Amino acid sequence: MEDLQNMNSSRRSFLKSTGHLLIGFNLLPLTFCQTKGAPSEIPPYTGVPLRPTIDNKLIDSWIRLDAEGHLTVLSGKQELGQGIKIALIQIAAEELDIHPDRCHIINSDTGQTPNEGFTAGSNSVEGSGSAIRQAAAEAKYHLLKMAAQKWNVSPESLRVEDGVVVTNSGEKVSYWELLEGKFIEERISGDIKPKKPEDYRYVGKPLHRDDIRKLVTGESHFVHDLKMPGMVHARVLHPPSYDATLESIDLNQVEALPGVLKVIRNGSFLAVVAEREYQAVKAREMLKELAVWDKSPITTLPDQLVDNVLNTSGNPDEVEVSPGIAELISKSAIRHQADYFRPYHMHASMGPSCAVALWEPNLLTVWSATQGVYPVRDSIADLLTLDKEKVRCVGVPGSGCYGHNGADDVSGEVAIIAKEFPGKHVRLQWMREDENKWEPYGTTMAFRLSGGLDSDGKLLGWDSIVWSDSHSTRPNGSGGSFIAARTLDPPVEFRKGGWSGGSHRNGIPEYSFEAKQLHLFNYDGPLRTSSLRGLGAYANTFAMEAFMDELAHKAGKDPIDFRIKNLEDPRARAVLEELAQKTNWKNRSKSANNGFGVAYARYKNATSYFAVLAEVEIDKAAKSYKLKKLTGVIDSGLTINPDGLKNQTEGGMIQSASWTMLEEVQFDEDGITSVDWNTYPILRMKYVPEVEVHIIDRPETKPMGAGEAAMGPVAAAIANAVFNATGSRVRNLPIKPEKIDWESVN
Amino acid sequence: MPQDIKLRVNGDTKTISADPEEPLLYILREEFAFKGAKYGCGLLQCGACMVIVDQKAEPSCLRACSSFENTEITTLEGLAQNGKLHPVQQAFIDTQAAQCGYCLNGMIMTAVALLEENPKPTELEIRTALNPVICRCGTHSRFIKAVKLASENTKA
Repeated sequence: MEDLQNMNSSRRSFLKSTGHLLIGFNLLPLTFCQTKGAPSEIPPYTGVPLRPTIDNKLIDSWIRLDAEGHLTVLSGKQELGQGIKIALIQIAAEELDIHPDRCHIINSDTGQTPNEGFTAGSNSVEGSGSAIRQAAAEAKYHLLKMAAQKWNVSPESLRVEDGVVVTNSGEKVSYWELLEGKFIEERISGDIKPKKPEDYRYVGKPLHRDDIRKLVTGESHFVHDLKMPGMVHARVLHPPSYDATLESIDLNQVEALPGVLKVIRNGSFLAVVAEREYQAVKAREMLKELAVWDKSPITTLPDQLVDNVLNTSGNPDEVEVSPGIAELISKSAIRHQADYFRPYHMHASMGPSCAVALWEPNLLTVWSATQGVYPVRDSIADLLTLDKEKVRCVGVPGSGCYGHNGADDVSGEVAIIAKEFPGKHVRLQWMREDENKWEPYGTTMAFRLSGGLDSDGKLLGWDSIVWSDSHSTRPNGSGGSFIAARTLDPPVEFRKGGWSGGSHRNGIPEYSFEAKQLHLFNYDGPLRTSSLRGLGAYANTFAMEAFMDELAHKAGKDPIDFRIKNLEDPRARAVLEELAQKTNWKNRSKSANNGFGVAYARYKNATSYFAVLAEVEIDKAAKSYKLKKLTGVIDSGLTINPDGLKNQTEGGMIQSASWTMLEEVQFDEDGITSVDWNTYPILRMKYVPEVEVHIIDRPETKPMGAGEAAMGPVAAAIANAVFNATGSRVRNLPIKPEKIDWESVN
Repeated sequence: MPQDIKLRVNGDTKTISADPEEPLLYILREEFAFKGAKYGCGLLQCGACMVIVDQKAEPSCLRACSSFENTEITTLEGLAQNGKLHPVQQAFIDTQAAQCGYCLNGMIMTAVALLEENPKPTELEIRTALNPVICRCGTHSRFIKAVKLASENTKA
């Protein structure tokens, strides 16, 4: 570390008084504070004063120490059930040498946390985590310097025990005494080195998530649970299908219902506000009975989807071009071509989306489970033509979203309703069918893959053609990104997002080739689509790794050896080697009634490495199969919380298994018909496989996002296991038993 | 028309005035401020709204509140006794069995009712009992582990 004495910022410039105007009040009821079961010597936590963030380069934008002995971490990333809170606390506690029980976190609030865009793409540990690590390291640097000046010793001679700075001669002063409740006003220089991994005491430990204690006792946790004084309840009635318009409705009958406070009609947007939640539900039922719609049929139906996708007009994006690749493949000793397909998949959050809003003369506040409080705030401001500063968006956990579900749309809708019902907190929750019919789905995709090998099984050429609709229609500051905007009078034009890089994420696998090529056709399909966990990587990896299995089979190679021999990156080979060892691969017990499938991918070809083995059991007589077990090995660099990493990975594996084996959004010309759990079944307790996750921890390397790494490889591993068991190659998701050729099973 | 309805929830009896057809779920959340039970589908398909009624786990999202008169209702908030968590709650913490947590109410209430009736269930019995409750995050394997742990920690 540099000589701390030479840094010349004085204590005076380092600390400014708390002369800032503390606007507002703590907007969440006390039950929402991060109260912890802390040891008795830690005084109760009462939160930090609200202080708008002005600059992400200030230490204070990320790290606050109060006068009572707590650390508050501020993060623009939302807790989505992925356990980000405890991971970020571990990082801050580590750098500052403060016990994690003293640490609290405030996530995503445009009134007080940094703008970190969306909580997406498995970026939170890499993005927010590294900002917090640096801010905490620099906060400690300045605190040590203050303590050193106090005693006229060198900062290097000091040590810290749970936030108490101790000199060699045993003198002590705590961070909190040093600061006396003042803010740290220093900027993040980037010049201070964070701790070395070998000195870690909290990072890398399976610390428990504090929110689970609240969840098991039923404490308020979700945006759905918010209760505000005088709060009223709202429901919306969405059109029966995307472009349907409201022809007529008699609102008088609805207005006369008990408890109904207001019925709102704006163009084709219909909503009701009532005193009690159930009264709003009943009023919505009546709206549904009375509304007369001018329908606009969906013209591309599910049985036409594959042809429709493959007939996308126009020229493809040339993502990667390799002239002569067709010739290279055609001259290869072993060559193969195959088409794969993925239908629309639903996020299908368990709790239909919910948001609360309060319209006041100078401020609209929206409590939202969005993944991006700032983009949603900007989009709401645009929708309602308000200054951004007049809108505050406070992030509150929602039901797991796995990407862009209904959370943003419900936030836009509750804002529209709150404007019509000012001065009261309005709570809007979607019904099950609202969520299923109106969320933006993970898009349908198609793939045409060609590859060539030499006679030794060495990969020579790989040619991918990918068809995909958009993976990115998130709110981007325009009011038109909300689904309700198109129904208003006058309508705000709904614009789908661009076709992003998400479409060809993992569109070429990470093996070594002489030549590789990737073309992308941007498909404009019949259903609304956006980001679903992994974006294109899920289905791309399904296709690529199933195709790898086909190539291995054609070459007569062991699927693990085949992959290892075509991989250069030692970390990629290591997850496969570990998988072979943990599953006793060489001595697996193959019988007539089971099958094993392997797959591997490095997510985004740039972050976590993941290899997986799927074991299926078949029942030929019943023409059915069962996924028995999934074993995964993950390397996501430095592990912040191994139990959190396992939990996320296990969840990804089971969710992917559900998409892969069961799921497909159904629709007809009148709209979406997958309206509930019977019409959109997902994997349930009786049929979930056993899951096992092994971690290769690499403390010497940077931590990498992990939440999406398992999705694609699991899909391919299941397809490969089904092939291994039955000899049937199912290339069209979901892998339903009726797609297997049972007659040819030996 | 609203009428007086007498409900016994977590050992306390309270008379509320409500539409007798209003499902219990809304009454619990609004009149009792018990937020454990949640709305998930309103169709008896997902189990987010589970409560225990006379020792049996049952969804609360559809059945009229008035039909619960003269029953003993237990919610998630009523499981802890004298400040001590129920073994099932403790096991969920010990195994860190949650991702988003929206399904936890359904999983825990169903598991509590299961262990009341069958203190030493097999894995298949656990899976069968919890099957009515949806989990979208894929936390199932931890729930099974948690229920097994709770079973071990419960005196038969």
